[in-house]
Amino acid sequence: MSMRTLPLVFINLGGEMLYILDQRLRAQNTADDNTQKGVWSDDDRKRVMNDIIATMFSKAFMEELLKPQDLYSNRALRTVLTRLAHASIMRLNPASMDRLYELMVMAFKYQLLLCPRPRDLLIISYNHIDTIREFVRDTPSVLNQVDETHRKIIEVYTPLSDGEFQLLRQTLLIFLQDMHVRVSLFLKDKVQNPNGRFALSTTGPVPHGTEVPGLIRMFSSNGKEWKRWEFPTGGSYTSSIRVGSFERFGDRVIRIGTNMYSVTQPEETHTSKNFSQKANSEPNPLAKEELNLLARLLGGMKVQNRNTETGFRVNLFATDQEEEEAGASGGNGDQSFQVINIQATQAVQVNTELARIAGEFTGEPEQTESPEGPSNKGEDLLAMMDELIEL
Amino acid sequence: MYHKEKSIQMKSSASALYNNLSVLRIAPRSLTYFTVVHANMVNMVSASWDGLNYSHRQLQSKEANVATSSSLIMQAAWCVLPSRDILVLTSQKGIQMYESDGSIMVYWHALDTPETQTAQAVFARGIAAVREKYICVGISSGSMLVFDVPIKGSNITLSEVLEEHKESITDLASECSGSQECIADMVSADDSGNLCVWKSGEDFQLLNKIPGFQMSCSSVKLWKGTVVAGYGTGQIRLYEAVTGIVHAEVNAHARWIYSLDIAPFSGLLLSAAEDSLVRVWHLTMTPETNSVEIVHMYNECVTDTQICGAKFCDGDGYAFAVTGYDLSEIIRYTQV
Repeated sequence: MSMRTLPLVFINLGGEMLYILDQRLRAQNTADDNTQKGVWSDDDRKRVMNDIIATMFSKAFMEELLKPQDLYSNRALRTVLTRLAHASIMRLNPASMDRLYELMVMAFKYQLLLCPRPRDLLIISYNHIDTIREFVRDTPSVLNQVDETHRKIIEVYTPLSDGEFQLLRQTLLIFLQDMHVRVSLFLKDKVQNPNGRFALSTTGPVPHGTEVPGLIRMFSSNGKEWKRWEFPTGGSYTSSIRVGSFERFGDRVIRIGTNMYSVTQPEETHTSKNFSQKANSEPNPLAKEELNLLARLLGGMKVQNRNTETGFRVNLFATDQEEEEAGASGGNGDQSFQVINIQATQAVQVNTELARIAGEFTGEPEQTESPEGPSNKGEDLLAMMDELIEL
Repeated sequence: MYHKEKSIQMKSSASALYNNLSVLRIAPRSLTYFTVVHANMVNMVSASWDGLNYSHRQLQSKEANVATSSSLIMQAAWCVLPSRDILVLTSQKGIQMYESDGSIMVYWHALDTPETQTAQAVFARGIAAVREKYICVGISSGSMLVFDVPIKGSNITLSEVLEEHKESITDLASECSGSQECIADMVSADDSGNLCVWKSGEDFQLLNKIPGFQMSCSSVKLWKGTVVAGYGTGQIRLYEAVTGIVHAEVNAHARWIYSLDIAPFSGLLLSAAEDSLVRVWHLTMTPETNSVEIVHMYNECVTDTQICGAKFCDGDGYAFAVTGYDLSEIIRYTQV
């Protein structure tokens, strides 16, 4: 369908990823728990954020995304996003990446559904860019890349019609269909129901350009209104609020797409799978075309060459004991709420063409041996993505 | 006015597409067929009127073996012709036509895809059976294909290409009152809200062009010479087809309208939108004043659902069915 989905997909999904990573890395810094073997310092956090953002907003990467093309398959998208997440010294194991991906995707689905007008998807994207700009405001070179990309996005997307934006939105909704992972933050705020579906309200301001429902007007053949009356609407709507800014700066007005994690500082966000997700393992193998596209895209990702350090292994739980416990509990989270069995292992190198291509661009050895020196930082604590709600 | 009946479960959920429900009533067999699009395939359910028997069939988009996202189906609809009913599927790749129960594909028309990838998406969308022998299908470029359909067999031919719209076609509708007196046979709508009114024939004739206001018209119907159009702004407008005179304007919904339907014998109108609401209206023609009146009858809120399809199940509007994005059921309502 729409040939223009990819740049917005990466800005929004990538943006959500950055919000989550930023919040978790900050949380490590301020955590009282002394059982952690090491903490991520402010500098480490900024470095990770800078590296990922620099990769995501690099000219080559964005140029590739901006070429008119179909949306990637779920698998391909996940692969690229995993590469992005690993653009720095931080490493996530597959299970952590799973949870991160679920969170990102559900947040984006929520944003798409609640988007007042299809065109407001741009505002949502700009909200992400605005926050990303804040993350790298101390690094002029990366900040410049973000600004450049923002300019380009404005240039490409501003001329699209409302119908084209709706097509774009529909393409993305089809892509996200049948995903109902429950996110504790959404459940708490009652924006998501226990069955995983989002709550859509029938109250509030109407989108800009829409009239408040309830009025019927009749016209005579010379164009004059000769009768008007009202009908009960079953909702309670108010007039639209002002339009947000579609420029590089300005009041966006719409809050969807802003960093919802910054508000929930101490709390961790959990996800749980109640219903089986749309199968990742579709019998449909990655078509050769897609692989080529992907290779070009990954080729456009310049990862900073950090020869001094190797990747740090990521643990999912605060202590070794918890890790063992997690490993012990079985279940595969099918229909009921269960703790998903998490293997705190190193990222397994997937033996595919893609991984080979991906490996060529890290400039680092893919195997992550135990780091020396500041080794404690390797015991990372992105545990929030792996704990589940048990109800 | 209506109450909810038992829903029909589908094999997969409905996609967020305009007019994503088609209903075919087969009186001789006491059956109703429903089709709903899910990404690159179509769910077809046949339901017996006694509510006891349901059977399912799934139709694939042609050339669905390549990456999923490039062979999405945009719409599936039945075309009722005097001698046969044809199920038409429009996708990014082309147009598939089946015998009414979906068992045999009788025709395939591939869309021209450009050599190099352009930013303009390529797909077919908008399906209507016109008079006795035509099936019209819209294209993303704005063109419309007119197919000539024989009484039986697969010798379907492309009769004409209508080039009038400049934006992607969103929906097509043919005169559904059954009256032979109406001059206009078909109306076409596009992404900028422009409406074209046509007379069918060996060469289709453009009778009128009703300009849009840069807002997509996602669903359109034609009844007794009146065009009923639903827009992305949530408005419904009624026009006199051949003159373009506006009869009425309704601030009907708070979000994008996705589906309109008319029950031709009673003049009931059904509208459904992303705002979770289905509304039933009544249209009355007043020949003396040459006007059409629209009166609101009923609301139904499908909680937490962005509705993508709503159709009457019969010509009187005694029952209607609704589909919503991500929902795997067809929700039904009947008059009390």
